[in-house]
Amino acid sequence: MNLYAKYFSMHIKSQMQYKVSFFFTTLGQFLVSFAMFLSISFLFARFDSVGGFTYEEVLICFAVMLMAFSLGEFFGRGFDLFPRLLGDGGFDRALVRPRNVIFQVLASQMNFTRLGRLLQAAIVLVYALPRSGVVWTLDNIFTLSLMIICGSIVFFGLFVMYASIAFFTVQGLEAMNLLTNGGQEHGRLPFGVYGDGVLKFLTFVVPLALVQYYPLQYLVGRTNNFLYALLPLLATAFLLPCYVLFRVGLRFYKSTGS
Amino acid sequence: MVTAYRALFRIRFTNSLQYRAAAIAGLFTNFAWGFMYILAFLAFYRSNPGTFPMTMQQTVTYIWMQQAFMALFFIWIFDNSIFDSIESGQIAYELVRPIDLYGRWFTQTSANRLAGAALRCVPILTVAFLLPAPFRLVLPGEAGLLGLFFLSVLLSMGVVVSFTMPVYISTFYTLNSLGVRVAAGVVGDFLAGGYIPIPFFPDALRAAVELSPFGAMQNMPLLIFSGYLYGGALARGLVLQVFWLVMLLCVGRILMKRSLNRIVVQGG
Repeated sequence: MNLYAKYFSMHIKSQMQYKVSFFFTTLGQFLVSFAMFLSISFLFARFDSVGGFTYEEVLICFAVMLMAFSLGEFFGRGFDLFPRLLGDGGFDRALVRPRNVIFQVLASQMNFTRLGRLLQAAIVLVYALPRSGVVWTLDNIFTLSLMIICGSIVFFGLFVMYASIAFFTVQGLEAMNLLTNGGQEHGRLPFGVYGDGVLKFLTFVVPLALVQYYPLQYLVGRTNNFLYALLPLLATAFLLPCYVLFRVGLRFYKSTGS
Repeated sequence: MVTAYRALFRIRFTNSLQYRAAAIAGLFTNFAWGFMYILAFLAFYRSNPGTFPMTMQQTVTYIWMQQAFMALFFIWIFDNSIFDSIESGQIAYELVRPIDLYGRWFTQTSANRLAGAALRCVPILTVAFLLPAPFRLVLPGEAGLLGLFFLSVLLSMGVVVSFTMPVYISTFYTLNSLGVRVAAGVVGDFLAGGYIPIPFFPDALRAAVELSPFGAMQNMPLLIFSGYLYGGALARGLVLQVFWLVMLLCVGRILMKRSLNRIVVQGG
């Protein structure tokens, strides 16, 4: 933990060396998610609901997924860039160091520019929560925090899975992008809206709906079943297969020789 | 001069065609993305059929054509080799060549974009034609519209490429144009209808955007093909496309000339 804190401050310092570049990258990140926010607003200027959800409820969804993804990507950045680490032989160096490999990958990258989106998500949440009739009761705060924290864990797991696949393919698998970036982008609408097939997939295979669609129903008062609010905890079990896959990949690892 | 451009175009085009594996991997993403967009619009349509600005079939066709011709239409698909050559100073070699830099960049980025679209459009369109009812791509009713569509595709690619030229040129001044790149890409693609089609915009903004260069980009060919635009509105749109193409070409040329007069090449 101490070491992680050291890495943390090291990454902050090194990224702050290029202030202009840091600023523009953060701004770019902000703009991308702002464009997504605008397209939701434009659609709801015309339509009053989608699949029974109101504008404010959809905004909660958007903000929660944006936060979860930004946090997941911030901590999982090392795994996101893992194919590069494999390609240039950097991983061989990590293997000979007397520290846990996963820890080293985890600490190898942290991208603070992603935090610009967190701010945007927070603003949207502050706007949308009171307007959708969500009251700051203890169980609602609990549900919302679970959605965000467990959501970022699922996204983190997806990045680990992406890295594990790179053990076999060396290059990254573009299709994984669908689940990471796609999960965030399409997660701006409650997943139930996309129909049964998509919802089932995101419930039982990649549990993104467990941190979004179901607890949202509890949060906005569509159901009183508290189990819905606890489903995000179940979603964190997704980390297990991701971890196992990474271990399996590690066993098969052959250096690229560079 | 023309033969030089033609040769350059051919080299770039065939070069970009080599990345078939990447294109196939990307195809999967295109399909999944297309489906998710269609499902989202379907959900909006079911909840509010009365206020939907396009028919569902037009929207579906718009989305598939957009996925198929993505490489032609999206501003954010820049040619990174141009940025690299300016940042590294490699550009000095290109400046001593007896070929105009603006024409060279224009040719090479157009070739890249056409190759990217050529690789992806056939499989995407084939599958989209064969899909069952709500997801199916529908051909325009008249053959004449198809011709106008192709004309508009070329015009909109011209507008997109000439719009990106000042972004490349700005690298001469800033050296790291990441900020300009992202801003131009996101704002431009949003206004061009890359996130949601322009008919879904609020009315006042929509009217303004349709007159702007952004309305002369992907919006035109996609709306022609989907059968949304016809008659006078179509003709007016084509005229605007030609107008913006000429304007942007002139602005780009002037900017290029200015920047080359005071260029300082990076050493090393």
